[in-house]
Amino acid sequence: MPLPKLLGRAKPADPDHVGEPQLAPIEAAAEAGLTVVDWIDERTALSPGVRWLMFRKVPKGINWAYTLGSATLFAFLNQAVTGVFLAMYYRPDVAGGAYESIRNINDNVFLGQFVHGMHKWGASVMIILIFMHMGRVFFFGAYKYPRELTWIIGVVLLILTMAMGFTGYLLPFDQRSYWATIVGVNINNTGPFIGPYLGDFLRAGPEFGATTLSRFYAIHMLLIPGIMAALIGFHLYLVTKLGISAPPWVKAHEPEAVTEYVEV
Amino acid sequence: MNQAEKEQYLREYSLLKNEGKPFFPYAVAKDSMMAVIVMIVIMVLSLLFGAELGPKVNPTTTTYVPRPDWYFFFLFEVLRVMKNVPKFTPFATLGVPTLCMIMLFLLPLYDRNPERLITRRPIALAAGLATIACIAFLTYSGASTGSPNQVTLPPPSGLSASQRATFTAGEVVVGESGCLGCHVIGDNGNNGPGPPLTHVGEILRPGAIASTLRNPTAPMPSFKGLATQSPKKFENLVQFLSMLQ
Ligand code: HEC
Ligand code: HEM
Repeated sequence: MPLPKLLGRAKPADPDHVGEPQLAPIEAAAEAGLTVVDWIDERTALSPGVRWLMFRKVPKGINWAYTLGSATLFAFLNQAVTGVFLAMYYRPDVAGGAYESIRNINDNVFLGQFVHGMHKWGASVMIILIFMHMGRVFFFGAYKYPRELTWIIGVVLLILTMAMGFTGYLLPFDQRSYWATIVGVNINNTGPFIGPYLGDFLRAGPEFGATTLSRFYAIHMLLIPGIMAALIGFHLYLVTKLGISAPPWVKAHEPEAVTEYVEV
Repeated sequence: MNQAEKEQYLREYSLLKNEGKPFFPYAVAKDSMMAVIVMIVIMVLSLLFGAELGPKVNPTTTTYVPRPDWYFFFLFEVLRVMKNVPKFTPFATLGVPTLCMIMLFLLPLYDRNPERLITRRPIALAAGLATIACIAFLTYSGASTGSPNQVTLPPPSGLSASQRATFTAGEVVVGESGCLGCHVIGDNGNNGPGPPLTHVGEILRPGAIASTLRNPTAPMPSFKGLATQSPKKFENLVQFLSMLQ
């Protein structure tokens, strides 16, 4: 199946019309692009899926509050991209290394402080957006049947986002982050039942030691983001599968025909 | 929601969906505009505030304020408030937040009212607004509790000159070590999560104070590092505390 009409263009000139003027470079590029798309589509048959995804209907009355979820997603992507750049320079080394590598990012690396700042402030923005998104879903009653599971996955995402903030805070390894993290881990330790185990897991042992930092780093940049990416995928699958809820104040006009049909 | 209500909802929803617009380009346009706004906000924040780095970690001279990022302030405040009911500390610290999380988690399972319009869901409306107010208030009070790093307590009368010197030296160590983040001493510090230390010398002997500092009850951090790396400071700290009568 070819892609949506929008992208559809006249097919390349057939051999009968050799005498015709050559395609302008830009058109040739467009043709090449289409050929690639066709080639991939021939093998993957993705286009019906893509078309369903893009041209599925969203119900009447969708407003700006509905952009908060995708804005959260965008903030997450921002964290992923800036995080990769930070990881290129960061060294999770307690004995001199961690702090210095962040210093180096801030002071020497080209645009280093800017990217570091985007990662740092992006975290706050993401937290605000995720809470606003959750508020939208709550006040619109969008967590009700059939979207209960979407909500539950969302709460897990919320917890993981907070956990990202917590584990990331230690990484610059300055005074503030170190002591706040010690207290944070100690608070975890006092929790009922799993508290002490959680504390030991985070510290990589009973004491705050040399491996604690690399453990936090691994959790922060591999474990949690991996789980989050998978869960966001599932969240979005559910959102598209079930359809986005309509604002609760919007009512459908029951078409005559349907009402009659039902009453027969 | 019973079966009939579910079917009613799905039917109504499919009508609304049919009256709606395609995701592309309508929703995509709004989403992209929002993404651009988010990107600009993040960039502006980064340009304005950067990513400053504090002094390097130093486990011995702990000039620290146990201050998390702002979005954890409310948790820290819960801890401080709950500290006034000491019996329940373990449940207060993680327990109350955990309970709230579980309530949030299970929300769609116990809220089975088919009504979605918020103005017709008075309980949900009240609970939602109360939650927002609580978190806003706790964040605000967490943000506005200062970060005092200094004790200003006059040495008690009747001390010898050398005792007075120890007292002032200990005062400095307390200031450096961030005890005031969690304890009140005289007019300084936060009341909680730790107990006030203004008269700690009355209830604890120096030995007991020293062992508390080495092996404290969480969430208080251990000052074992200070004891091994600068015993003199540690000694002054202990002496200072035991003079608080
Ligand atoms: C993160 C917060 C925190 C910090 C920082 C902190 N403490 Fe504590 N401290 C506590 C808590 C909480 C308790 C109570 C523990 C319990 O329930 O037994 C406590 C208990 C104590 C006690 C025992 C008091 C008693 O009445 O039993 C002493 C003494 C003490 N702290 C001294 C200090 C000193 C000195 C410092 C700084 C070097 C300090 N604390 C830093 C939280 C803290
Ligand atoms: C990483 C975090 C998250 C991402 C990227 C994300 C993304 C999205 C997106 C793109 C949508 C589509 C509709 C919209 O934008 O409003 C959505 C819907 C939804 N989200 Fe999230 N979300 C996240 C966290 C959460 C949280 C914390 C909750 C609630 C606890 C939640 C619950 C829901 C529900 C119930 C829907 C369906 C709403 C509807 O159909 O109207 N999500 N999410």
